[in-house]
Amino acid sequence: MTAAEILENVKSEFGDSVVESKLDVLQPWILVAPERMREIAYFLRDDPAMQFDYLMCLSGVDYNNGKLGAVYHLFSTVHRHKIVLKAQCTKEDAHVQSVSAVWGTANWHEREAFDLIGIVFDEHPDLRRILLPDDWEGHPLRKDYKVSEFYNGMNVPY
Amino acid sequence: MDALQNLGLWGSILIAVILSALPIIFILLYALVTLYLEMKVAAHMQDRLAYMRTGWHGTLQPFADILKLLQKEDTISSEADKKLFILAPYIVFMGTYAGFAAIPFSSMYIGSNIDLGAFFIVAVSSLVVIGILMGGWASNNKWSIFGAMRSAAQMVSYEIPTALAILIAVMITGSLNLQDVTKFQEGGIQNWVVFGGTLPLAQKLLLIPFTVVTFLILFTASLAEVNRTPFDLPEAESELVQGFNTEYSGMRFAMFYLAEYANMFLVSAVAVSLFLGGWSSPFGSLMSGPIWGLFWFIAKGMVLVFLQIWIRWTLPRLRVDQLMYTSWKVLTPFLFVCIFGVGLILVL
Amino acid sequence: MSETKTLPTRYVTQPGEIKTSSGKTLRTDEMIINMGPQHPSTHGVLRLEIVVDGEIVVDIIPHIGYLHRCFEKHAENMINYQQVIPYVDRMDYVAAMNMEHGYAVAVERLLKIEVPERVEYLRVIMAELQRIASHLVAVGTFGIDAGAFTPFLYAFRDRELILDLFEMTCGARLLYNYIWVGGLSHDLPPQFIDKCKEFCTYFKPRIKQFNDLLTFNEIFVKRTANVGVLPKDVALNYACSGPMLRGSGINWDLRRDDPYSVYSRFEWQPQLGKGEMGAVGDTWDRHIVRMREMEESVRIIEQALAGIPAGNVQAAIPKRIRPEAGEIYARTETPRGELGYYIISDGSGSPFRVKARSPAFVNLSVLPEIARGGMIADLVLIAGSVDIVLGEVDR
Repeated sequence: MTAAEILENVKSEFGDSVVESKLDVLQPWILVAPERMREIAYFLRDDPAMQFDYLMCLSGVDYNNGKLGAVYHLFSTVHRHKIVLKAQCTKEDAHVQSVSAVWGTANWHEREAFDLIGIVFDEHPDLRRILLPDDWEGHPLRKDYKVSEFYNGMNVPY
Repeated sequence: MDALQNLGLWGSILIAVILSALPIIFILLYALVTLYLEMKVAAHMQDRLAYMRTGWHGTLQPFADILKLLQKEDTISSEADKKLFILAPYIVFMGTYAGFAAIPFSSMYIGSNIDLGAFFIVAVSSLVVIGILMGGWASNNKWSIFGAMRSAAQMVSYEIPTALAILIAVMITGSLNLQDVTKFQEGGIQNWVVFGGTLPLAQKLLLIPFTVVTFLILFTASLAEVNRTPFDLPEAESELVQGFNTEYSGMRFAMFYLAEYANMFLVSAVAVSLFLGGWSSPFGSLMSGPIWGLFWFIAKGMVLVFLQIWIRWTLPRLRVDQLMYTSWKVLTPFLFVCIFGVGLILVL
Repeated sequence: MSETKTLPTRYVTQPGEIKTSSGKTLRTDEMIINMGPQHPSTHGVLRLEIVVDGEIVVDIIPHIGYLHRCFEKHAENMINYQQVIPYVDRMDYVAAMNMEHGYAVAVERLLKIEVPERVEYLRVIMAELQRIASHLVAVGTFGIDAGAFTPFLYAFRDRELILDLFEMTCGARLLYNYIWVGGLSHDLPPQFIDKCKEFCTYFKPRIKQFNDLLTFNEIFVKRTANVGVLPKDVALNYACSGPMLRGSGINWDLRRDDPYSVYSRFEWQPQLGKGEMGAVGDTWDRHIVRMREMEESVRIIEQALAGIPAGNVQAAIPKRIRPEAGEIYARTETPRGELGYYIISDGSGSPFRVKARSPAFVNLSVLPEIARGGMIADLVLIAGSVDIVLGEVDR
């Protein structure tokens, strides 16, 4: 299926949740509302025409304009087509619905996005930091991150 | 020995102490040689050279290792049970060393010529289990406890095939006294128990399959008794750091190590005495005599020790339940069949 | 570093009870044991918190992050696209050529440039040599996990020859900085092709020797067959890739199915696990897939060596890399699986966001699923068969 057809399918089911899309780039993407992420994910995985059963990558991004986002790269091993899903939220209210029930691999990817960017994934079974120590403060991959002076009594920048 | 009995109390005590100290001198020398041998054999099988710098081709390395272990700091973790922690290596070594009392090194020397030789050795070497359990428990370390539990289960299970295999040799030779068993096998390689003993030819040929199988099973069970690969789960480096040895360092670790090597020789010595002719020469009367006897005994023992080293560096290790399965469901039934067969042949 | 002391509620131990024949009650508890960051067998600094009941593993909670070196933050901080290559090397230090290759492919797609044929051929040769070297490390350390110390040394003896080839080409044995965006840093030295052919003829019987010593050894088979079975649907759901996926019988190899570089010109087959010694997808299958992949890599190298075109390897390296604003996700096949780079460019000379989707990170997340219910000894083997490199897991 082409990206246009996939977009049509998603729009027909979730018309109002599709915020934006761009189809004429190298890798077409669809921007959807973050509150309905899981339903859209179930639809994309289970619909027989699309069957996106492989979540290649889930990245957290800080867009440097007050917005954070999660980018989902999906692939179907059955139909061999790809699509990119995006969800954006503001820094103050950084919530996206978790898809770890849909694809098991999203569990660790979302933990990493939470750890480094600070997006809280709702209904994630075990949302805690994964790469940084559990008592670290701040989300380092944000563009406005300032390294804290002290961590547990040790001087951080040297 | 009887002529020395009228030396009086102190004299006989002195003689007893000297005679019982001979095995420990042997063990210390043997440990040095085996340390070197193990590393060199392993290295050459792995296509590399081991020690080359300390002495000619590294022959002084064992001394350097011992020196290093002696001067290490003696650490005991604060939560460890101090008394048991300190006692454990000595009990392990004691269990092994006591077994050396009944081993006939030559026709002229046996530490203690008791009529229950083989039985005594099997019984006393079980003390090692207590020492290992103590060491594992007293370390206050979960991994040590794992190693100690596994080791206890393993050693107790493999006592059974060992005892049954010894029983078969005793059935053929008719005595538990290891010196008598060795004398029974004098006269050349055809008289060794593993080739049927000194029995009429027809019986011998029928016995040979059973005795060969029994010898192999005894060898395998003895590998398990000394915690060597493929049965070295208690000290599995890849899983348990060092098993029950984890918290030990310096002299105490050296004690465990020494006990392991001594145990290797002890089980080889038992197998040699019972099945391979002990100190008797394979050529009959050529090259035989008390001093030659010592040479033959040590040579045969070292061949088995070399085999143990060789197997260690070749095979992967068995998992704990597979280990138990092997002992209870494979080796023991085989030995029952062998006992039945040997008994039948001896009676008919 | 203070960790939170309270675990989520589902990990709290439930005490069980056993009644003895004399009527007393023995309490059995599950024990939480730490296969800590320093351990001879966790292939790096990985902490596995294991909840065990005797020897049976009830649950595993992996803790990673001990080797986190902020690769993604470095890649954003005012360094240009070429300067990211040494950082990319150091993520998976055992398979550095493949990491560089993946990154170069991603940036070249973003820039929409083509590289000369010679560059492609040399990249394939280096990538396949690196695949053999990485698999040798994997199977060697897998042998050590099982208790066989000797195959490890045989594997490393052969790996030395590959590292000599790399040193001859770019001067480094482990972290190369060789595959640049648009080309390579050095051309081949004159004696490389002959030495490489020599290596290929030398190496093929070595694989057989290794198999005789370890893979088909009765004890090894008993340890690894039917252990850590990864079913197909779980593998796809957890986005496993590489030998983990192929070991479960799924015929998927990015070199053939999402093509990049010139792999389509060579004749070779992805190797699958067929359940020869036990269930499909057990640790033995993953092991034999790695062994057979090494044979296939030798085939590819020989075919590539026979047809290297002439050319200049540095002709297409751009003086200044300034892609237009956009983003791309490009994936390549490393020895561990699917390596993906998600690169967002904002039109300037340095990337806006580089996310490295490392195969070991994703493959490791399936470990609790497949190791539950086995023994601790099995857990060690399963963790070894996932073939993780902590540099890649933590980045």
